[in-house]
Amino acid sequence: MQNERYELNKQLAQMLKGGVIMDVTTAEQAKIAEAAGACAVMALERIPADIRAAGGVSRMSDPKLIKEIQAAVSIPVMAKVRIGHFVEAQILEALEIDYIDESEVLSPADDKFHIDKTKFNVPFVCGCRDLGEALRRIQEGASMLRTKGEPGTGDIIQAVRHMRMIQSEIRRLSSMREDELYQAAKEWMVPYELVKQVHDDGKLPVVNFAAGGVATPADAALMMQLGAEGVFVGSGIFKSGNPAKRAAAIVKAVTNYKDAKILAAISEDLGGAMVGINEGEIDLLMAERGK
Amino acid sequence: MLIGILALQGAFLEHESMLDRLGTPYFEIRNLKDLRPMDGLILPGGESTTMGKLLRDEGLFEPLRELIVNGLPVFGTCAGLILLAKKIDNDSRTHFATMDVDVVRNAYGRQLGSFRIEAPMDGVGTIPMVFIRAPYVAKTNGSSRILATVDGHIVAVRQGNQLGTAFHPELAPDLSVHRLFIDIINEHQG
Repeated sequence: MQNERYELNKQLAQMLKGGVIMDVTTAEQAKIAEAAGACAVMALERIPADIRAAGGVSRMSDPKLIKEIQAAVSIPVMAKVRIGHFVEAQILEALEIDYIDESEVLSPADDKFHIDKTKFNVPFVCGCRDLGEALRRIQEGASMLRTKGEPGTGDIIQAVRHMRMIQSEIRRLSSMREDELYQAAKEWMVPYELVKQVHDDGKLPVVNFAAGGVATPADAALMMQLGAEGVFVGSGIFKSGNPAKRAAAIVKAVTNYKDAKILAAISEDLGGAMVGINEGEIDLLMAERGK
Repeated sequence: MLIGILALQGAFLEHESMLDRLGTPYFEIRNLKDLRPMDGLILPGGESTTMGKLLRDEGLFEPLRELIVNGLPVFGTCAGLILLAKKIDNDSRTHFATMDVDVVRNAYGRQLGSFRIEAPMDGVGTIPMVFIRAPYVAKTNGSSRILATVDGHIVAVRQGNQLGTAFHPELAPDLSVHRLFIDIINEHQG
């Protein structure tokens, strides 16, 4: 991948900022998401809550479904591949997907190696729980990041934990003496150059969204106030009582994340939220996949 | 001078950092309460469907449209240009529809079609142009004037106090398109 292509891919993520990316499983849902104001959709066969419920191995979606969703909407379409499954990624690139999510939501294909994303022209977004994971994914070629959170639970605690961790590690790194950066690079198992860049800029070199467990407008605004640049919503929308209304409310919450009066107004009468599972009640922690 | 920047979604911070470098004050517009007198308006890149919906939901659509119709200088980049266009060839829905141009959304295809190039722009010189899932202008009508073309497609236009680019000047270090917009504001204020 040429440097210029990587810059363009990072810049597409910049255009998504302040927006909501919604999981959709049909062309119909994609249209509902677009009409509700989504800035992109994630095309997948099953939303994370159903993947969790069904168990078994979950894989890249059927290209037919992805093409139907691409044809249904004008906003960018993303899709997921299994961690390390570079052939699924090659297939999505052939479909001219706008963004590939190398995602812990699907069953990992490789327990050691992530995809060498520098070999691709299409952009990749990856999950992270801390600064080390974030910078390792960037080194591998990711042009956008998101917190892992805990997908399909409707429980925001892990997304909060991951976002706070990343932000506090950036603050810690920014305050280090230059001669301490070599040791930081060792601790985080990332190249010195990236550590130095974050130290100098005081921020990640790519856009970072929140994901995993967002179920309400308040959850979305919470993640924005904690430093997310936008929000992924998976199961939270189409597992709720009134998907269109909830989706539109979450979009507004991300735009007006600091305005409690607006948040109060849009949180009203949304119908039932997804039921959710507390993190202590689940056996499978997807966030533990791919470090 | 005070510039309003539409901050519903997209790359509005990038425009803010351009104005910071030019020493021009600005404020963000997220909802109706944010509206106050301004000398110019910037419509950033992002998703035009998202911005179009929020403009209407937040009650910003009519007041902003009226300001533009009454001559408020406005600068739209990418999605911002789509918001201004009177006709969108591949979308039945238009937004402010104040600029006499026909635009094509996602005219270069999906993300694999995004590109960067250096090309000349009238009154600005040769500048870097970043196109991200960009539109182009298929046709200018009325008094709208072509400022730049790339590979035979119109990518920058001006009509009176309205300036539109299919590319993202806010993603390149060059400040000259933002300077042109500030010149338009100064001209307007005489």
